[in-house]
Amino acid sequence: MKKIMSRMGDGSVTWLTPDELRRELEEGTADAADRGKIAPLSKDELERLFEIYAAPQKVVSVEPGQEVVHSFDAGTLKFPIRGGVPVDRLGTVLAHERAFCSDTFEVGHTDYSFKPVKAIIAEERQSMEQIQLNATIPVYYGAMPNLGLYTKPDGPIENWSELLPKGKINEAREAQEEAVEHAVKDMYFVSTAMHESGADGINFDTVGASGDADFLATLKAVEKLKKDHPDMHIEMGMAGEFVLGMHGELEYEEVRLAGLYPHRQLELVEKAGADIFGPVINTKSTKTVPWNIARSCTFVKACTEKAKIAVHPNAGMGVGGVPLTSTAPVDAISRASVSLIEIGKADGL
Amino acid sequence: MGGIRTAGDLVARAMASKALKINEAKKYVADKLGVSVFDLSDSQVMREVREDLNIGHVLARPGGAIGIEAKIRIAELLGIEINSVKRFHKCYG
Repeated sequence: MKKIMSRMGDGSVTWLTPDELRRELEEGTADAADRGKIAPLSKDELERLFEIYAAPQKVVSVEPGQEVVHSFDAGTLKFPIRGGVPVDRLGTVLAHERAFCSDTFEVGHTDYSFKPVKAIIAEERQSMEQIQLNATIPVYYGAMPNLGLYTKPDGPIENWSELLPKGKINEAREAQEEAVEHAVKDMYFVSTAMHESGADGINFDTVGASGDADFLATLKAVEKLKKDHPDMHIEMGMAGEFVLGMHGELEYEEVRLAGLYPHRQLELVEKAGADIFGPVINTKSTKTVPWNIARSCTFVKACTEKAKIAVHPNAGMGVGGVPLTSTAPVDAISRASVSLIEIGKADGL
Repeated sequence: MGGIRTAGDLVARAMASKALKINEAKKYVADKLGVSVFDLSDSQVMREVREDLNIGHVLARPGGAIGIEAKIRIAELLGIEINSVKRFHKCYG
């Protein structure tokens, strides 16, 4: 029987029989349904995924007219920093606009966290103002909440990751609660300044990376920003599929944050007032890419079915059915993109 | 969708400004431009549309709008607010 080229979640090539491919898809959606307490994909949806992943072509695509828009995280880090191309951020934006044909773009500082941007806000504003004069596509400003930066020795607060192993649970919780207040102020300050400089929106990236307190800080900041600047467009992209309970008891709108999966995260993101939700579904590197994409589509579909705002699932290295490698194979990333749009019903990526 | 090579930037702006999902935003933009939804991601159709309206395109040409000039026209054409355009008017009258 002819085997189908596929990949593992670490990017390495593997070969599957049609029966094996079908089984991977079925087990992937079952895993998501079990963890998230959501509906698995239907037989028709699994069959369409089978067609996408069994297609012999290297690159696949949606049908003409079914395209969606792209938004970015770490936008200006990819070309000049990670790629090492000696070009400034304005040049990077224009290259993405006029050569790569990006629908939108995002400017960020090399450190890419809100706290360090506070100290160089004048320079960041100046860059954004110059970029906005030259760019035609929507250009966002993006950074991470990164609550860990508020701990000693870089910040004023005791480090909860050091307190927890010592059994100092209450002290660890108090430290996180204090960090939330600092982070909200910084996110509000930086976002307001970039909005005043003409940014088309603010992208909060890798939300929840430091756990439930990180998520809470961002929800509070977004709520305050939307109250004072209703015209500010806000995207919230998550760090992982599951909110880690580093604190464990934090709530927003009377909902406990620890343990929330994407479709429950979405509800709170909407309540806070964000305009785009970027769910993350982690790629398991020891499982196949078909297993991972069936799982991702199941979670994303659970979001888009009830979302009032646009949903842009993260689809890149290690998330959204894309292998956990910094040079994602084009066969895998094109299949993930088609699947998230057709089966997940994503508004963008 | 193809950014300013097609209508990707316009659809993204409609989604943001009007709080629309992807299919609603495509229809909104298509109606404003007087083209079909299918045409929005056709680079051949959209090059002519964008050049006729002078709202920015990947191909540079004399007199071709870029940046804030293009965005001022886009805001008027789509009936939306663009933050940098508002700032430009506020600062420069």
